Amino acid sequence: MEWEVVIGLEIHVQLSTKTKIFSGASTAFGAAPNTQACAVDLALPGTLPVFNENALRMAVMFGLAVNAEIGKRSVFERKNYFYPDLPKGYQTTQLAEPIVGPGFVDIETDDGVQRRVRIHHAHLEEDAGKSLHEDFHGMSGIDLNRAGTPLIEIVSEPDMRSAKEAAAYARKIHAIVTTLGICDGNMAEGSMRCDCNVSVRPKGEEKLGTRTELKNINSFRFIERAIDSEVARQIDLIEDGGSVVQETRLYDPERNETRSMRSKEDANDYRYFPCPDLLPVVIDDSYIEAIRTTLPELPDARRDRFMNEYSLSEYDAGVLSAYRPQADYYEQVAGACGDAKLAANWVMGELAKYLNQHDTDITQSPVSAAQLGGLLLRIKDNTISGNIAKKVFELMWSEGGSADEIIEAQGLKQVTDTGEIEKIVDEVIARSDKQVEQYKAAEPEKRGKMLGFFMGQVMKATGGKANPGAVNGILKQKLDALCD
Amino acid sequence: MSLDRSDVERIAHLARLQIDENDIPAYTENLSSILNLVDQMQQADTENVAPLANPLDAVQRLRADDVTETDQREQLQSVAPAVEEGLFLVPKVIE
Repeated sequence: MEWEVVIGLEIHVQLSTKTKIFSGASTAFGAAPNTQACAVDLALPGTLPVFNENALRMAVMFGLAVNAEIGKRSVFERKNYFYPDLPKGYQTTQLAEPIVGPGFVDIETDDGVQRRVRIHHAHLEEDAGKSLHEDFHGMSGIDLNRAGTPLIEIVSEPDMRSAKEAAAYARKIHAIVTTLGICDGNMAEGSMRCDCNVSVRPKGEEKLGTRTELKNINSFRFIERAIDSEVARQIDLIEDGGSVVQETRLYDPERNETRSMRSKEDANDYRYFPCPDLLPVVIDDSYIEAIRTTLPELPDARRDRFMNEYSLSEYDAGVLSAYRPQADYYEQVAGACGDAKLAANWVMGELAKYLNQHDTDITQSPVSAAQLGGLLLRIKDNTISGNIAKKVFELMWSEGGSADEIIEAQGLKQVTDTGEIEKIVDEVIARSDKQVEQYKAAEPEKRGKMLGFFMGQVMKATGGKANPGAVNGILKQKLDALCD
Repeated sequence: MSLDRSDVERIAHLARLQIDENDIPAYTENLSSILNLVDQMQQADTENVAPLANPLDAVQRLRADDVTETDQREQLQSVAPAVEEGLFLVPKVIE
């Protein structure tokens, strides 16, 4: 039987405010345990929450960026459950009246599927603290620095039909929130976390199958792999005559499988009710419109502009525009060297390779956009070849300096002097009797391929510095002269 | 609506309250009568009444995003039963 996969995502995004959603404690990452947890975050008696205007502003920015209705009146509610990293015994969140109403984003997968994914709503809430379960004499250690960090939870409709689409949607949300500057996007540090609701149904069936929820996935690759393995599990189960149980499952990346965490029967009754400590949040059109004027160019618009302005392919433009620091970097390089395509190749090629290998974010790149732009200028004006440029880039990365300084210091300037190249070509021909004989004996139309050997010899003799175009021309001319 | 013994035990568990066996009948009766009152309230016609989020006729005030709380860990943890390496220690919450 042919199966259709149905996926909806709930994405938690940590807002990059300076302080907590309901207290003036700092949200900076990496502080010593509990040094950023104040009396409000600890839920000490007598404390009251006061709502952070910046969290509200960021949530509205997100809503505007995903074409959503903004809730002019939104209400905080209490979601009650017990866990030691939630000192109040409830999470302050929104339910019936969220800040962001229905919206949508358009996604495209790398195999060309395009789809509009509807967003059901997005709401403001607070993060919980962290529990550490190891090495405390059978006790758990609780760090409440994260407690009260503002989050928006973005709930999609079940509109995605493959793991690839789910990953593309998550990437798009990531691109939007980082471009807006409302989240640092650091998934390894938990700044964006993803729950995936997955079900399968026979193709053509209207009714949704029973879903499972995959919790807390923190990389795009794992979203794809977790969903693929869960889909395979559900289909096997149904085809073997079983049925899917509604439950929460955890993805284990080591084993590439999901396993049950808790079933619906043990699910909490959260007993939501409006939080009496917080009044309804009311905003007006002028507040919303003032925020709209502050929105930066969004990833989709930037991609389209890159395609129009720089004649980039949709793929290149999509990759470059997905992450704002990378898009900014790219535009600086393109501006500095005046060749948009060359700049794209280098930012997505050599630079991306080095950043990956050194696990470095582009904002921390040891090679600045100005440095790379300077290097590409020297390719453009034939001072160096593309191959030599890679060598210069390597030195630039490890030791710093401008392209011109490195080219000068290392003597890498390309030899374009025809006289000098001719001299080297003559030497190579003189000591390559065997290859010259083969060249002469070959059919004229096959000789082109045989130039490679001579080319290699000349390049070796010049340390790669000879201009390849010039060498090719001179070689051909001299060898063909021998054939007559 | 009336509760039975197991309902009361479940509610106590959800609220993480330890209750005395002997008090369960009294709780059952009290809670049931509260629920009966709720039942009575449910009969009110709310067809044209908007849900009330807060009885006060006011809106939420907003706070500027400035750090106003300094580290007071030492003081705040002085009332905690167990602390280690800056962490609050609690009974283990995972198997």
